Amino acid sequence: MTRHPEPPIASDNVSSAPLIEGRRLTKRFGEFVAVDGIDFRVERGQAFGFLGPNGAGKTSTMRMIGCVSPISDGELRVLDMDPKVDGTRIRGRLGVVPQEDTLDLELTVRDNVLIYGRYFDLPRSDLRERADELLDFVQLSDRRDDRVDLLSGGMRRRLSIARALINRPELLLLDEPTTGLDPQARHLVWGRLYQLKRQGVTLVLTTHYMDEAEQLCDRLVIMDDGRIAAEGSPRQLIDRHSTREVVELRFRTDEDRDRALPQVASVGERFEALADRILVYSSDGEADADRLTNDGVLPDSVLVRRSSLEDVFLTLTGRTLEE
Amino acid sequence: MATPLTVRVVEHQAAIFRRFWRGSATFYVLNPVMFLAAIGFGLGGLVDESSGHVGGVPYDAFVAPGLMAAGAMLGAGAESMWPVMAGTKWVRTFHAMVATPVRPVDVYGGVVVWTAVRAFVGASIFLVVAAILGAVLSPWGVFAVPAAALCAAAFAAPLTAFSATQETDARFPLIMRIGILPLFLFSGTFFPISQLPDVLQPLCVLSPLWHGVELCRGATTGSIDFWPAVVHIAVLAACVVAGWRWGMRSFTRKLSQ
Repeated sequence: MTRHPEPPIASDNVSSAPLIEGRRLTKRFGEFVAVDGIDFRVERGQAFGFLGPNGAGKTSTMRMIGCVSPISDGELRVLDMDPKVDGTRIRGRLGVVPQEDTLDLELTVRDNVLIYGRYFDLPRSDLRERADELLDFVQLSDRRDDRVDLLSGGMRRRLSIARALINRPELLLLDEPTTGLDPQARHLVWGRLYQLKRQGVTLVLTTHYMDEAEQLCDRLVIMDDGRIAAEGSPRQLIDRHSTREVVELRFRTDEDRDRALPQVASVGERFEALADRILVYSSDGEADADRLTNDGVLPDSVLVRRSSLEDVFLTLTGRTLEE
Repeated sequence: MATPLTVRVVEHQAAIFRRFWRGSATFYVLNPVMFLAAIGFGLGGLVDESSGHVGGVPYDAFVAPGLMAAGAMLGAGAESMWPVMAGTKWVRTFHAMVATPVRPVDVYGGVVVWTAVRAFVGASIFLVVAAILGAVLSPWGVFAVPAAALCAAAFAAPLTAFSATQETDARFPLIMRIGILPLFLFSGTFFPISQLPDVLQPLCVLSPLWHGVELCRGATTGSIDFWPAVVHIAVLAACVVAGWRWGMRSFTRKLSQ
């Protein structure tokens, strides 16, 4: 084992290679195909997202990128290396925040970071300083001598992030970074991730929250059933696959909803009838909402909003993200 | 020079141990004293009164090395089952390790090596206690310490490998009851295997603990011969090697799906 090389200085030929590249990337578990031949590229400095519902193959993809799970088929290059050959070297330059916390519950907050740093063979003297810096960064300095048992879910997630940064990774992989957190805890995590992005760390994250994807990601792919359904920036995806605005109509009863369908079909560009509401896709939501109420449609509530990634997903797959 | 990947895992195990060393220290020091007092001197007094000696030595000197090897086995048994389940499933600390340069095989190696290191420390303390109480008859007794560590590794290697194949801890108590406990009682720990029925005696050769006990006893009583020692070491080493091969596969399968 040789020492991990320092991150390469960005020369022309290095910076032109994508940080991650997958071609026909496939993961099978026996007969089950979790990831079905996906193509994607992640460039340096980007925040890249895999958006999709549970079971779409996001975690399997992340585990392959993290050089933990061997690929079944296709090609994968991470940091311009082959995970099959250079797994240990690649992992030495990654930071990984797993979906389920893997913290040492019996150890203190600070010891968790220190011990993790030893897996990267970082010298103890540097580690102590770095650990304090990182705990400061994730706002856990005042809890540094507490056992992890005592931390809330949001604090644990922030500790996982601090730990993943111990080796100054070029690439940070986050699997569902805010799943299970309350809104305040989510915003704290998002704030830290913004900060990292600004410092030039490449972020790759999976999420089934469309607001998370919209807020954090420069580019993203929408995954469904092991495949990539669409790819682009959040803005591009919305422009390409949805209208500018959406009118959301909720009704008191299912009968009211069904009675409204003929009129709804006559306004806007198209509509989606969901179990609890009707979505009317429109370039001018206010006007279409007025037209519908003038036509005698009497919904319980009317909401005009801008299109979101949720609508893109619905359009592409016919399903909602969270079900 | 880079720290070997396995050693980085050993450091983790040691860090966990440091948090609980007080409890462990009691276990390591108090247990030998209690066992030696109760069995070596309490029971041993009766034995020596009725027969004079066991295997040519006073009973306390006979049983002390047996307890030393058996303690190594018991420690290895406990270390290689529930904590492994915690690492793979309950707390998932092993999953954290394999996201770093550490590989599944290093996790396995680190766990087994640490178990042997712990056994080494435990056996050292036991030896000192036993020596103070007069149950160590020969300066060769110091070799009983590595022998006990090897004995621990002979159990830790296959058991750790096995634990990584399990989805729950349901089978662990069973292994303790029908594997570890009978070995503890019938491997020449408390009485010479010549006391067993003739048909059962050859079976003791199959018990790794018997080989460990013979090594330790040969050392502390200064009575071991060269070739039997080689055979005992070879058998224990074979258990380690076989377990190690299995563990490399079972840990890779478990941690890199």
